[in-house]
Amino acid sequence: MFMKHGIVAGVALAVSLATPAMAKVEGDTIILGSSISLTGKYATNGLHTQRGYDYAVKVINEAGGVKVGGKSYKLDVKYYDDESTPARGAQLAERLIQQDGVEYMLGPYSSGMTKAIAPVSEKFGVPMVEAEGASRSLFTQGYKYLFAVLSTSEQYLATAIDFAAEKSSNPGDVRIALAFEGDPFSMDVRAGVMDKIKEYGMKVVIDDQLPADLSDMSTTLTKVKALKPDALIISGHSKGAATAARQIDEMKVNVPMIALTHCEAAKVQEKFPKTANGFLCPTQWVETLSKSDPMFGSAADWNTGFKADNPSYTSVPYQSAQASAAVYVFKEAFEAANSFDKDAVRDAISKVEMETFYGDIKFSENGNNIAKPMFMRQIDGSGQYKLVEKAGDMVFPRNVSY
Amino acid sequence: MWDNLQLLFVWAPIINVQVILDGIFVGAVFALSAYGLALVWGVMNIKNLAQGDFVIMGGYMALALHQLHVPLVLILLIVMPVMFMFGWIVYVLMIRRIIDQDMFVSLLATFGLSLLLQQVMNLIFGPEVQTIDMELPVYDAFDNMVTVPSSKLITLILAGVIATGVIIFMKRSRAGQAIRATAQDPRAARVLGIDIDRVYAFTFAFNAALCGAAGVLVSIIWVIQPFYGITYSVRSFAIVTAAGLGNLPAVIGAGFGIGLFEKYTGAILGTAYEVAAPVSILLLVLIWRQIQMRRNRQVVR
Repeated sequence: MFMKHGIVAGVALAVSLATPAMAKVEGDTIILGSSISLTGKYATNGLHTQRGYDYAVKVINEAGGVKVGGKSYKLDVKYYDDESTPARGAQLAERLIQQDGVEYMLGPYSSGMTKAIAPVSEKFGVPMVEAEGASRSLFTQGYKYLFAVLSTSEQYLATAIDFAAEKSSNPGDVRIALAFEGDPFSMDVRAGVMDKIKEYGMKVVIDDQLPADLSDMSTTLTKVKALKPDALIISGHSKGAATAARQIDEMKVNVPMIALTHCEAAKVQEKFPKTANGFLCPTQWVETLSKSDPMFGSAADWNTGFKADNPSYTSVPYQSAQASAAVYVFKEAFEAANSFDKDAVRDAISKVEMETFYGDIKFSENGNNIAKPMFMRQIDGSGQYKLVEKAGDMVFPRNVSY
Repeated sequence: MWDNLQLLFVWAPIINVQVILDGIFVGAVFALSAYGLALVWGVMNIKNLAQGDFVIMGGYMALALHQLHVPLVLILLIVMPVMFMFGWIVYVLMIRRIIDQDMFVSLLATFGLSLLLQQVMNLIFGPEVQTIDMELPVYDAFDNMVTVPSSKLITLILAGVIATGVIIFMKRSRAGQAIRATAQDPRAARVLGIDIDRVYAFTFAFNAALCGAAGVLVSIIWVIQPFYGITYSVRSFAIVTAAGLGNLPAVIGAGFGIGLFEKYTGAILGTAYEVAAPVSILLLVLIWRQIQMRRNRQVVR
């Protein structure tokens, strides 16, 4: 019995080893690979990402696919579920490349997962275009095959500091309170904010770090109430946004300006409509953006098309939009390279310079997109997100009566 | 840090009131789950690492019931018996088999249980942070420098009622007496006709019910997430280690003590250190105990 299994496994292994690297282009289909979080703690956002990839693949294929060497190819994505664990992600990336012969990768969800997978694709020289890893530290490793269509994390809240400066007659007098989690992403966000604070010579009156298992930040907010800063800046993923919104209400914290990340993910506008009024929230993309491309049309067109395909969404998360943009980058690169050689494709990606529904895309030497800014939105009294392009558009101070 | 100290004691001493109040609210909830741990530890010598996950489980049950518009008191009255039954089942399926084994088996088994519960809650309720917002009024005082949400006041009262109930139950009822007797000497208790297996099952189930109650309160005043259990486990262990086993007033005292210590650490060093505070207390108590015991230790030369 035992022997039999051994033999079967051995044969299966031999077969899989005997057919290497055949899968990258099968007939007239180009296979992209992605390990993505379909279960576990990133599952919600993993699904947003996957749907974004799938929608782009569908649209591109319907429009005639990718033209290489005068022939049309269809796109297809091979997915594995990484269960939201980095070790599993790295393992699956290796499996995609070595066993399935995938030579072009789409990124996973989150900076942490991307950090786990990038060394693998780098080792095998497989170009990876990712849409969901924003940590600045991804682009300081000298990776040659990693490209990201989104803005890096240090840009998330920096604009809020600009707004605070513009709203004050003397930026040097502005007093800021900071509450950031200690994980790589939030620390990146903080670094961007600190750079701006130094630039304006503002004063940091509170600089608290939030724990990973954050369920109570009342001590920080107590200090905020005592010191009355001009702006309160918070970043701690969804739990940070939810805890902050809940306790700002409960403790009647009145700060003229509050900016925080992950408002949409934590659904603060739905769960805490009263408190969330006036919150400033950064986003990678807005559906009212005035950018467009020949494939997906304008941002609004993409939004309508995506919703038609995925009717479960009332408002589409930016995670899906940037996922679509990543697939689009591959199409452009294949056509520019006019080849399936992975190094030729890599070089073509690095030279991509285009306007898309998601915003402009142009990669720096380090692989991050330097052409697209972050956007800032403010939640209004009815729980709607309003784009704030300059300080004048902002409701300041927040008007909330507890 | 220096700024924070000045703020607390020179610039705005009034915020001490807020910090102390928050510490008391926190401590009351900790004391509940810690007392359950003290019971299980003292009576059965099981160190339950899934303690915090029982708390979060109670929280999610409360959340589910709240979405069905069940009133708070009724939520408690439903969650406690359900958690009691759950505890009994866990005892029969698992704890009974490890009770005579050495310490590491009980640690490993309950750690496994903790992981299992986390993942099941993650599958059912999803990884998002959730909370019950009762939308109750908030009282403020001293020019809005001190705020007391009624939800926290209600929590404190409920925690007090539950703790009083537990004290009376342990002192007066036959079951309480049987638990205390078994804790003192299981063999003698068995000789005197106490069904120890039932006492153990009851104790473990009772612990789960207490954790469930704590969880309901947690979900009302803070936020819950499937993986937050560990912080409550750590706090329970710290409190029980500091207070000793089987001494309810000491557990409640230690609960408030750790609550206050946590809040002051948070105010002076920053919120991130709040979670570290109970662990440092645990360490200090262990060191202190070592020194104390050294006096009693005798070596034959």
